Amino acid sequence: MRRYWTNTWQFHVLLLPAALGILIFNYIPMFGVVMAFQDYQPWLGISHSEWVGLDHFRYLFSYPDSKQVIINTLVIATLKLSFGLIVPLVFALLLNEVRLMPAKRVIQTMVYLPHFVSWVVLGGILIDILSTDGIVNRLIRAFGQESIFFLGNGDWFRFTLIVSDVWKEFGFSAIIFLAALTSINPSLYEAAEIDGASKWKQVLYVTMPSILPIVIVVATLSLGRILDAGFDQILNLYNPLVYNKGDIIDTFVYRVGLTKGEFSFGTAVGLFKSVVGLVFIVISYRMAYKLANYRIF
Amino acid sequence: MRQRSASYATFTMFNYAFLTVLAIVCVLPILHMFAVSFSSRAAATANIINFWPVGWTTEAYSTTLGNDSFLQSLWIAVERTVAGTALSMLLVVMAAYSLSKTSLKFPGRSTYTWFFVFTMLFNGGLIPSYFLVNKLYLMDTLWALILPTAVNVWNMILMLNFFRSLPQELEDAALIDGAGHFTVLWRVFFPISMPAIATLSLFAMVFHWNSWFDGVIYMNNKDNYPLASFLHAMVVSNNLTQLGMSAQDVANISNRTVKAAQLFIGTVPILFAYPFLQKYFVKGIVLGSVKE
Repeated sequence: MRRYWTNTWQFHVLLLPAALGILIFNYIPMFGVVMAFQDYQPWLGISHSEWVGLDHFRYLFSYPDSKQVIINTLVIATLKLSFGLIVPLVFALLLNEVRLMPAKRVIQTMVYLPHFVSWVVLGGILIDILSTDGIVNRLIRAFGQESIFFLGNGDWFRFTLIVSDVWKEFGFSAIIFLAALTSINPSLYEAAEIDGASKWKQVLYVTMPSILPIVIVVATLSLGRILDAGFDQILNLYNPLVYNKGDIIDTFVYRVGLTKGEFSFGTAVGLFKSVVGLVFIVISYRMAYKLANYRIF
Repeated sequence: MRQRSASYATFTMFNYAFLTVLAIVCVLPILHMFAVSFSSRAAATANIINFWPVGWTTEAYSTTLGNDSFLQSLWIAVERTVAGTALSMLLVVMAAYSLSKTSLKFPGRSTYTWFFVFTMLFNGGLIPSYFLVNKLYLMDTLWALILPTAVNVWNMILMLNFFRSLPQELEDAALIDGAGHFTVLWRVFFPISMPAIATLSLFAMVFHWNSWFDGVIYMNNKDNYPLASFLHAMVVSNNLTQLGMSAQDVANISNRTVKAAQLFIGTVPILFAYPFLQKYFVKGIVLGSVKE
């Protein structure tokens, strides 16, 4: 035992600050979820608030608004994840055909940029350019069409969420595919060319199978985020007109739980999300490991 | 054979054209905002600005930079970005060093690893975290913006994967020469890990600069808002009364060109930092994620 400590005390010391931080700011709130089973009142605290069992969860599943919120979350997240996988993949394949290095670099610099700009700024920009007088609607009117209420109509709001999210992230998401593409052994292409395979056949029979494992990993891992429909983005774009189609679990927790002061109900909704999310994440990691032998560490 | 290469040449041409358009689409909205911010109010009201300023003026910027609330929030954003990034990187690098050891060298590492990784799988949610910060008397302090997110487990994993990719001999040689692990980390690992540290610092900086929600919930006094929270209240939710300004200030600052100027100032640090670090982050991501 003594030898264990003389050999490893330095490792423990190096880990201590991070472990303390995680203990306080991540583990203590996990115990705070008992609020979901109480009628929590801030002045009584967790120790004196009344216990109500599963009341908040019963309410969650019988209240029409919360059902709509769950549906919104799934619809928005599923569409974002699907397009968020396909668009970067196609983009990476197309960029891989660009042989002119300076052009490739300039394109990359430009498409990565939106990833680093916050949703606050992009929200401000989108509200401006998508308004009825905004530059987008001016363009639409120039083609003789009616103006579109992108942020005022529920269906258009969802459309805007998905398109703007894909626009912001596709370049950055493509990095991982580009890395996989550049690591393909060039001799495979040479061999295919000698065998008379055209460029298209090379893409189909060399490129595709080579990057399939990484595509599977990205696809399965994204399953773990099926309940993350984009809190930052939605809070910066939405307004009461589109709550019906645009409210997701996270924004609902914030609106009902913090701004309206229904702390226990908000915690219950958050806990529901965490538990379902945990199940999905575990499944997605198991699948990624089984299908593509992927491990995070 | 000729036929095929001809069709490939056509494809290449369309491909270049398509990718060029796509790349331009990625920067156009930001360019539009830039153009509005340097245009005259009249041009903004008349709705004639596209991607180049109309009636060039820096009036919007002088209004913005003359607003004390704006400058105050800008300063808080700088403070939280510098302090938050430094603290976060220190904790992450130290912890990742220990976790990068094999279980043979450091029995107990997998317990620690699971302790950290579990927080990526499950969390208590927004409301318990809010009450925790409240109970710790961190509300309205800079600490509320720095401490809760200081340990980023994902960055820790990227860092530990990077440490593992370094040659084992470096460490062994230093240990044989009588160095302790603190010395090995500081004098051997730290200098050669600069690409990875630069990458993760970039991510931490961008994260802090762009974070607005913690400011909104943890700061009761609007004077303590960092820039991103200020912009959210100002531009996005149009919550001007919240910021406690006079009617004249509100009228000045809610102008469209001024809003654009504020958003653009909020983006400038990112625009500047990012081309320099681009070579690092691509490398860093690849190091962390694609490993055989």
